Amino acid sequence: MASVAKSSKNCTVNPLKTSQPLGGASAFMGLDGCLPMLHAAQGCTAFALVLLVRHYREAIPFQTTAMNEVTTILGGKDNLEEAILNIAKRAQPKVIGICSNGLIEARGEDIRGDLKLIRQRHPELDGIALIYAKTPDYKGGFQDGWAAAVTAMVDELVEPDFARHLHQINILAGCHLTPADLEEIRDTVEAFGLEPIILPDIAGSLDGHVADNWVQTTMGGTKLDDIRRMGCSVATLALGLQMEPAARVIETRCDVPVEVFPRLTGLLAWDNFVAALARLSGKSVPASIRRRRSQLLDAMLDGHFYFGQKKIAIAAEPDLLLGLTGFLTDMGAIIAAAVTTTDSAALPLVPSQGVRIGDLDDLEQAATDCELLICHSHGARIAERLGLPFFRAGFPLFDRLGAAHKLSIGYRGTRDLIFEIGNLFIAADSHHHSAKGGKDAPVASH
Amino acid sequence: MSQHKHQDLFDEPACAKNRDKDDKARKKGCGGKSLTPGNAAGGCAFDGAKIVLQPITDAAHLVHGPIACEGNSWDSRHALSSGPQLYRTGFTTDIGEMDVIYGGEKRLFRAIKEIISRFSPPAVFVYQTCVTAMIGDDIEMVCKVASERFGLPVIPVNAPGFAGKKNLGTKLAGEALLKYVIGTEEPEFTTPTDINLLGEYNVSGDLWAVTPLFQRLGIRLVTSITGDARYHQVTKAHRARVNMMVCSQALINVARKMEERWGIPYFEGSFYGVEATGTSLRTIAKMLVERGAEADLIGRTEALIAEEEARVATALVPILPALKGKKVLLYTGGVKSWSMISALHYAGMIVIGSSTRKATKEDKVRAEALMGEEGETIDNLPQRDMYRKLKNREADIMLSGGRTQFVALKAVTPWLDSNQERHNAYAGYDGTITLLREIHKALTNPVFAQVCTPAPWEM
Ligand code: SF4
Repeated sequence: MASVAKSSKNCTVNPLKTSQPLGGASAFMGLDGCLPMLHAAQGCTAFALVLLVRHYREAIPFQTTAMNEVTTILGGKDNLEEAILNIAKRAQPKVIGICSNGLIEARGEDIRGDLKLIRQRHPELDGIALIYAKTPDYKGGFQDGWAAAVTAMVDELVEPDFARHLHQINILAGCHLTPADLEEIRDTVEAFGLEPIILPDIAGSLDGHVADNWVQTTMGGTKLDDIRRMGCSVATLALGLQMEPAARVIETRCDVPVEVFPRLTGLLAWDNFVAALARLSGKSVPASIRRRRSQLLDAMLDGHFYFGQKKIAIAAEPDLLLGLTGFLTDMGAIIAAAVTTTDSAALPLVPSQGVRIGDLDDLEQAATDCELLICHSHGARIAERLGLPFFRAGFPLFDRLGAAHKLSIGYRGTRDLIFEIGNLFIAADSHHHSAKGGKDAPVASH
Repeated sequence: MSQHKHQDLFDEPACAKNRDKDDKARKKGCGGKSLTPGNAAGGCAFDGAKIVLQPITDAAHLVHGPIACEGNSWDSRHALSSGPQLYRTGFTTDIGEMDVIYGGEKRLFRAIKEIISRFSPPAVFVYQTCVTAMIGDDIEMVCKVASERFGLPVIPVNAPGFAGKKNLGTKLAGEALLKYVIGTEEPEFTTPTDINLLGEYNVSGDLWAVTPLFQRLGIRLVTSITGDARYHQVTKAHRARVNMMVCSQALINVARKMEERWGIPYFEGSFYGVEATGTSLRTIAKMLVERGAEADLIGRTEALIAEEEARVATALVPILPALKGKKVLLYTGGVKSWSMISALHYAGMIVIGSSTRKATKEDKVRAEALMGEEGETIDNLPQRDMYRKLKNREADIMLSGGRTQFVALKAVTPWLDSNQERHNAYAGYDGTITLLREIHKALTNPVFAQVCTPAPWEM
């Protein structure tokens, strides 16, 4: 059980956290035919957009209500209305995902009421879903915004239908999962003859496909009709503790039982997931999955030498933090420093003495005698300053290729993680040995 | 209302962009009014202000606001420093709900204190943002108190995002420099060849492609205010003999007021392309001589230009045949809408279109004249139309910023970053060689042909 502490500093130094609205908008990217929009001044969208483009290396559809000083004082309804009408006309989306920022929420605007009025005034919007997630940026972080958006999606769309569809299951995917992770999840679920509705499905929209023409919304991703019939599923699997509230909404409305999987990285964690699929489908575990499990066992045996007692410093959003630290301690490593962005039920479960809600400066201070640093791309300079091997994980990853295709869950993902991180340890160890042999270790530049 | 407050900023007689407007349009200024909800792109005033000031590399830059402003944007530009790295540290008050309710001034003050005691910077710049502006945090007051208490310049930059676009923020940052920084210290000595650069951000080392030229001519760069700058250099910028505004009218307010207050003449120029670089060097030399520098500077400048131009020509011989006649779509804007054209023409390339977003009427006229029949100026090209143009193979390569990179790549068209996220310096003579080599690299890469080949079973 980790104790959770909050930084008492007044000045955040080198932020770890990105904003709630950015997380919310990212979740909306996983819907088909969607145009995510921030209800805020235009700069918020510009920053968020740049970050998303750099991470996914994709053109990202993303809009803004372009609030200014005057409209902030008068209230944002007119801008919201104009933005929705403009988007409807220009981009013909199936859904507009609206995330509010602090400017709007601090004034206590009634966006739900505004949307109702806008609908009444404009019957031409009838075919377009308008989903609002409350995501002020002075609270929480990316993960909270993602969770709020998914909760808003199911709350808005899931129909109160109780006719069970025997093979259909709901998969609610947290923001710690990449398109590659979702692909692995889909393949595994389908291997049991189950039909998953994955929400949000960024594997459909942000997997880096080259399409034949240009559309101004997301392409691929969860279909709205599929969300509407989530109430007919036999179960909802919430992947990440952040997804539990959304799962409970479906449960309350349609009586679909919920199973929460706090993590999917590591042998026993994925065993649980596979066992649940076997149980839900009534089928035995396919040979291909058993084979992968056996490969992982071998990788664990081969790799454990390099992980045992290694001291690791890590900064990540709560669910990702839990997944990675769980895996690392499974392999015998020690989590010497853990920093995260926001409060969560996942934090007490993190296998370290303490978890700090803080910034990269906290990480840097705590990491001095560690042997590996794990963080998103902004951690690279810290690793360089401390002369530590560095493993990139989380969002944003802007200084390496393939962020969307990084697989780190399941038997295969865990196996690959062992190799990737193990190799970092091997490289550092051999470097250490040769340094001892006379030559000085290269000093990391500041 | 700052709409009103900012009015006189855009009442900028020397701003060509403003001169073009009729009376009514001019009153509306370049502020926030013209944004269309649901169809807007681009950064906010805070963004613009930070772009200008952050390259003061030894200062601390503290963003007062919720995490969205700094957390989503810090350390993302390639404006390089030859020394201090403090400017790359992301400082923010990251205000929470309690601050929104009770005000964030106390937190701001304590944050300034924490920075000063731990990092001892020569100065702290404090940036206002939307939420903290709306709840009425008075950053000017907090900065004043902090300045007195800690005996160090703490400079308020009051350009919250909702006040307007990037452009407004640039100007407001300039105002902050004029009010709090430039002219607050005297240099130990001056020379007759002292110059400043304004608006050169040293993206990927652009500035360093030019400074050796100055050194060879004995021209002393007092400070490049907006690129690889040091606080105590900027304070002394008012004793330079000439100001050059690089590639932008955004900081015209600074140039004009420096002329007004300290009699420093300025000109606007560019270092993109052989021609523009030559023109800029000649202009600097001429103006310095007019202000008392030795007259032989002009002759030495001509000699250097001739030598450099010959060097560029030799270096490009191997790649020119592959570039000749290739069609380019230029989607940059501002001064680059024409200055880049001459760099491309130099290699015999055809510019079929150049975006004149953020450009003045003069820029546009120059771009039109340069392209002639071959190309057209484009204002704003929606991504869908851009994609169609590229898909129809109207251009062999597109030069643009990162935001439109994937429009080109999805249309399987070679692309080169010409904006701030690029990794190469394109300024000066060496920069021109690099630019054309990069274009050559992109155009001749074999992946495009492969990606365009249908799978065997689809033939
Ligand atoms: S628009 Fe306002 S809240 Fe958004 S990034 Fe700019 S300053 Fe920050």
